[in-house]
Amino acid sequence: MQQTFLGYIEEDSLIHRLTGATKLICLVLCTLTVMLSYDTRILAGMFIFSFIVFKLSKIRFQEIAFVFYFIVVFLVLNNIAIFLFSPLQGVEIYGSRTELFRLTNRYVVTKEQLFYHLNVSLKYFAVIPIAILFMVATNPSEFAASLNKIGISYKVAYAVAIALRYIPDIQRDYHNIAFAQQARGVDLSKKEKLARRMKNISSILMPLIFTSLERIETISCAMELRAFGEKKKRTWYSERAFQKQDYIAIVITAVFFLVSLWVTYQNGSRFYNPF
Amino acid sequence: MKKTVIEFKDFSFQYHAQADPTLHHIDLTIYEGEKVLIIGPSGSGKSTLSHCINGMVPFYYKGEMTGSLKVLGKETKEMSIFELADKVGTVLQDPDGQFIGLTVAEDIAFKLENDCVSQLEMKKRVEEASKLVGIKSHLNKTPQYLSGGQKQRATLAGVLVNDVEIVLFDEPLASLDPATGSRAIELIDALKEETQKTVIIIEHRLEEVLHRNVDRIILVSEGRIIADTTPAQLLSSSLLMENGIREPLYLTALKYAGCHIEENSQPQQMNTLLMNQCKAQMRKWVGEIQLEEKQISKETILAFEDVSFGYDKKDKILKNLSFKVQKGEMLSIVGQNGAGKSTLSKLICGFYKPDSGRILFQGKDMLGDTIKERAMKIGMVMQNPNQMISKPMIFDEVAFGLRIRGVNEEEVTKRVHETLEVCGLYPFRKWPISALSYGQKKRVTIASILVLRPEVMILDEPTAGQDFKHYTEMMEFLRKLNEQGMTIIMITHDMHLMLEYTDRAIVLANGEKIADATGAEVLTSPEIIEVAQLRETSLYRLAVEMELPNPKSFVQRFIQFDRRERAKCSKLS
Repeated sequence: MQQTFLGYIEEDSLIHRLTGATKLICLVLCTLTVMLSYDTRILAGMFIFSFIVFKLSKIRFQEIAFVFYFIVVFLVLNNIAIFLFSPLQGVEIYGSRTELFRLTNRYVVTKEQLFYHLNVSLKYFAVIPIAILFMVATNPSEFAASLNKIGISYKVAYAVAIALRYIPDIQRDYHNIAFAQQARGVDLSKKEKLARRMKNISSILMPLIFTSLERIETISCAMELRAFGEKKKRTWYSERAFQKQDYIAIVITAVFFLVSLWVTYQNGSRFYNPF
Repeated sequence: MKKTVIEFKDFSFQYHAQADPTLHHIDLTIYEGEKVLIIGPSGSGKSTLSHCINGMVPFYYKGEMTGSLKVLGKETKEMSIFELADKVGTVLQDPDGQFIGLTVAEDIAFKLENDCVSQLEMKKRVEEASKLVGIKSHLNKTPQYLSGGQKQRATLAGVLVNDVEIVLFDEPLASLDPATGSRAIELIDALKEETQKTVIIIEHRLEEVLHRNVDRIILVSEGRIIADTTPAQLLSSSLLMENGIREPLYLTALKYAGCHIEENSQPQQMNTLLMNQCKAQMRKWVGEIQLEEKQISKETILAFEDVSFGYDKKDKILKNLSFKVQKGEMLSIVGQNGAGKSTLSKLICGFYKPDSGRILFQGKDMLGDTIKERAMKIGMVMQNPNQMISKPMIFDEVAFGLRIRGVNEEEVTKRVHETLEVCGLYPFRKWPISALSYGQKKRVTIASILVLRPEVMILDEPTAGQDFKHYTEMMEFLRKLNEQGMTIIMITHDMHLMLEYTDRAIVLANGEKIADATGAEVLTSPEIIEVAQLRETSLYRLAVEMELPNPKSFVQRFIQFDRRERAKCSKLS
């Protein structure tokens, strides 16, 4: 079976058993922690933490490899851009200059700069596993239930869930349409020039829009016939009550967050300076 | 006196977008616990009639209503779609499109969630409903990965979970293979016996629905009720054929033979039919039919040699498949959903490469040919025309394939006009596609392939969703193309199509070829029927009952005779 891109992957793990709301709160707390701090110790700690969490989820690396590499490409681009635009950023931050070697007059590689890059990369690696996990280990309906619980209208919450639910269907439609168009001679392969290829891809778009509209029509009929939108509130079959593990998870991430705030306050800076 | 549950009185309805009313002066009463079949050709208004009952009309599809329609004693126009949904549960056709939940359980619970039922109560009721329809062991599965029959059970559970009084089935047989279809009819029957709910079935496939008894049939045509009577009475009349509904094949055969079918001969099911006095007449009629032998050329145009394929290595979808297609043949590939039929067409068009074995076109291995190169020789028409049409105007859509090949505009115009002529679409050449009916759209997609002048054409379910009249038109059209020399391969699970229009059928089951024979041979062989989830044709049963010497040859003869008769009619109209 074709693996869908960032779709929900069913497993029985500690992470999967946490409620959607817990996962959302933890994700926000972890992201804040990592965003606010440049402290290597905290980032390293978070990196190890999210690595452990990922292991706990029983999701295999191959299942998310594509997304992972995609983000890594961005990370590399980001690093290159930082070096190109401010090669001495590290020197500025850490207030010392230990030159390793010179490329040109402007581009000097310093220990401080490398250390700064290490921190930026650590940030990525600390947050990637958790963010991806949130996407693949949260059941969309349960997530909708959680959104609804924290006060978002159930119609909006359901729209999110159903969009996630329809990703595989739309992908399948896309494949079928691409198949039909290619079978009548539309070339989507690399043999065709780019401009021509873009134009050819547009011949898939129109049928895709029409079949999607058809889908929307059917599903909204089906939903209305089953009383969606009748009442102001609704209950959720897949909603789960908070359990001990949920509180523990939230407490753990909250502690991380507070520790990072405290360290930043103690340091008087967001950066850890070993120099 | 039984309680009235649905009552139409002088009821008419006109959609806002339409110039004329769709329903005219309907008078119809349905009683509690009845099992009613509403039948009619496409565009007859039977779907609108069902939409009126479940509230889609006028709450979702707006329009002008006159007269009265009461559901459980209450005027529907004074109710809301939600209030009606508590009384009338609808099982829509195409179960795929209507799954809302991510798991079967969640989907079944959807109505309860919207009714704010507590989670504990919900779990209990989901379990009960799933037990009733036999889907309980699949509660945690993703609905999309169920088989066709299981999908339908899941949607049915989603309706029954809420204690509705009327269950409405909108074309329940549309997307099921023949064996699953008859199981669905058995399930509906069992459900009715067990719960005593009022059941309304909308369908145009009469013979399949009559696999189990119904109390009453309502025949709708052009927005009016033509007949409201028992199956026996309707079947012994000539109303069905006059209104474009196909009657059970065994009855057609008896009528051709000149036997008189009466109400009390119980014509509604093959096994209750009392027709002993007909035997001699039948034998005489069969003997007189001229069998036409179609000349098939010896030249092989397409051949599979020991082809295996799987999307991943362990799981083979096609296993060591070998067969040949002769030039000028009309061939069908049949088998249940998931048997590997559409994978086969994707291999032919070059979308995937076989893991082993060869696919030969006119004796040459196609392995090196690109999809585009193959498209010049082999055209592929998809089941859903909306997945193919990419231009708003008919002319442009048909011209598309030529234009991307850089054919000059003069030549394009000439060839498009020629093709439109062949497909009977020439009068519409300046129309936008959105103005066409489903069947016409399908023709446009065929035209858009035909214009490329392929030598072989593959059609995926060419008649899906079409009623008897459109089915006959479409198939006669394809037959004409075939007579002009086009080799046609059809992928289908429509047994009528296979039986009536193809010279040969290749039957697939679990990726293996289990038969390569004529349609009549396939549908009279119990082993093939069993493995491939097909259904024996009632003609075979009839031949056995009538003690005809050679049932297979009888099926063949009947099919040819019937086809010639219908071709005459469709030419006249």
